[in-house]
Amino acid sequence: MSVPLLETRALCRSFGALVAARDIDFRLDAGARHALIGPNGAGKTTFVNLLTGVIPPTSGAILMKGRDITGVNQAQRVKLGIARTFQINRLFRRLSVLENVYIAIAERTGAAPSMLRPAGSRRDVVEEAMRLLETLKLTPDASRTIAELPYGRQRLVELAIALGLKPEVLLLDEPAAGVPSAESHIILDAIDALPRDIAVLIIDHDMDLVFRFAERITVMVGGAVFATGTPREIGADLNVRAVYLGRAARG
Amino acid sequence: MTPGVVGWAEHPAAVALAGRHRLRPLEPIPWILALAFYFLFPKYLGFGTELLIMILFALSLDLVLGYAGIVTLGQAAFFGAGAYTVGILAKRGLWNEPITGLILAAAVAAAIGLGSGLVLLRTGGLTLLMLTLCTMALLEEGANLAHDYTGGFDGLDSLSITPLLGVFEFNPLYPKTQYLYVLAVLFVCFVFVRTLVYSPFGQSLTGIRENTLRMHAVGAPVRRRLVLSYALSAAIAGVAGGIWAQANAYVNLGTLGLDRAATVLIILVLGGYGRLYGAFVGAVAYMALAHFLSKVYPTAWQLGLGLLLVVIALFARNGILGIVEAAVRRRPRPMP
Repeated sequence: MSVPLLETRALCRSFGALVAARDIDFRLDAGARHALIGPNGAGKTTFVNLLTGVIPPTSGAILMKGRDITGVNQAQRVKLGIARTFQINRLFRRLSVLENVYIAIAERTGAAPSMLRPAGSRRDVVEEAMRLLETLKLTPDASRTIAELPYGRQRLVELAIALGLKPEVLLLDEPAAGVPSAESHIILDAIDALPRDIAVLIIDHDMDLVFRFAERITVMVGGAVFATGTPREIGADLNVRAVYLGRAARG
Repeated sequence: MTPGVVGWAEHPAAVALAGRHRLRPLEPIPWILALAFYFLFPKYLGFGTELLIMILFALSLDLVLGYAGIVTLGQAAFFGAGAYTVGILAKRGLWNEPITGLILAAAVAAAIGLGSGLVLLRTGGLTLLMLTLCTMALLEEGANLAHDYTGGFDGLDSLSITPLLGVFEFNPLYPKTQYLYVLAVLFVCFVFVRTLVYSPFGQSLTGIRENTLRMHAVGAPVRRRLVLSYALSAAIAGVAGGIWAQANAYVNLGTLGLDRAATVLIILVLGGYGRLYGAFVGAVAYMALAHFLSKVYPTAWQLGLGLLLVVIALFARNGILGIVEAAVRRRPRPMP
């Protein structure tokens, strides 16, 4: 087997007595379409925060293309090609859609620290931002501020900012959360259209989305990996069903 | 390729971003007014000089508060640092030249901004607010205790500043030189701040203001940017303080005090923060109001100011400029 793009080895994270991540061995291959599912409180978001360097692990290692990046900080991991979206929109609400994407691309291209030239004079950055908006069909909204957009369109900007970083690994934390079902196809279509050279890890509850999209599924329960397999295997796994049905029966 | 991609440069959003730093038709007006003031009100140049210095000071605050979103109550720490730098050097006869004196004032203030920023900007919100206040209080108390250097409570007076460019004397009673000097320095600093806020760096500061977490997630070195903007803002505040000391030929503890820090905050909120010209509008409005109210109600004039602030905070979060912008937007447009 080839070296995985992103890998974790015995990754652990505790918050006091609470173990939010327990011995997670995980691999994401180049170009993967991988989904991470699990009941609330299973540790999915903690796992994303560990992968992106928001929080350090208590023990264990994270490797990118075989290189240990456990100690690499968040900003540098972005430079290495790990980008994420957020479950709840984290956008620059009073800025235009174009400016939102501009900020991400300016960081990636190294334009951002420049103080003495106007932002608009970086035509390369503006052009790339406009082209990206075009691929996501956001061009008509480019002038509008985030606050003026319907929520579904805002979710697309979440995606646009992450794509502006030209990631090799894209972590999508519940990309369609909060979007009215009439609009959710916009998001799903955009995810379907993601280029194959980006490895995508999608974290979601929405089984329709997961089974439509994923080629591999990892199930987390209680901070640990419970099962990993193809959608068919996971769908047929009685233990996985028990976890979900058990929750549903109790809830 | 679709037509939309080919025509990206003509899209209104791209046009707006490419042209937002260009000079707008209204922008020369404050400068023309300031020059006109010089010729029309020669008797009020002392007041005018004070006003211009407050604009410069408010501008420094706008950079951190309005653009980077750093909420600080201690901006006067840097104003005072600049003022005392000029004051101590001049009093001891070490340095009396005004322009280089300002550069030294800026350097000292920037160093304090850098040092305190590295520590303070690890925090945020209320903690940061209190820490900026503490830093200022520490400096003020330090200046009070270091009597031998700072003159303590009495401050330093009769500072001798050499003529500007070796020609123009500073006359405290007839501050023609001071007024034009301050106006020129304000202009230079304004051009700098204006350039900065429209740059990619400025754009990233607004990004931090709007959503810090997202800035981390796009790989921005958030704290470095914040510290840098804080130090630059401190340098400009230091220039404002230094020029205040030069124009008045004295320094006292008031330059470091909460009064001054609060006044500049009120000015910026009144005018509208994050707008460059909010400092101008706010300073004029504040000074005019203070002048008017103190004549009508000599004992309780600050009450009127307080009430106005309550109204602004409740109904016009974006200050006077925000009201004007909203009015312009609401104006019915002629049919095409």
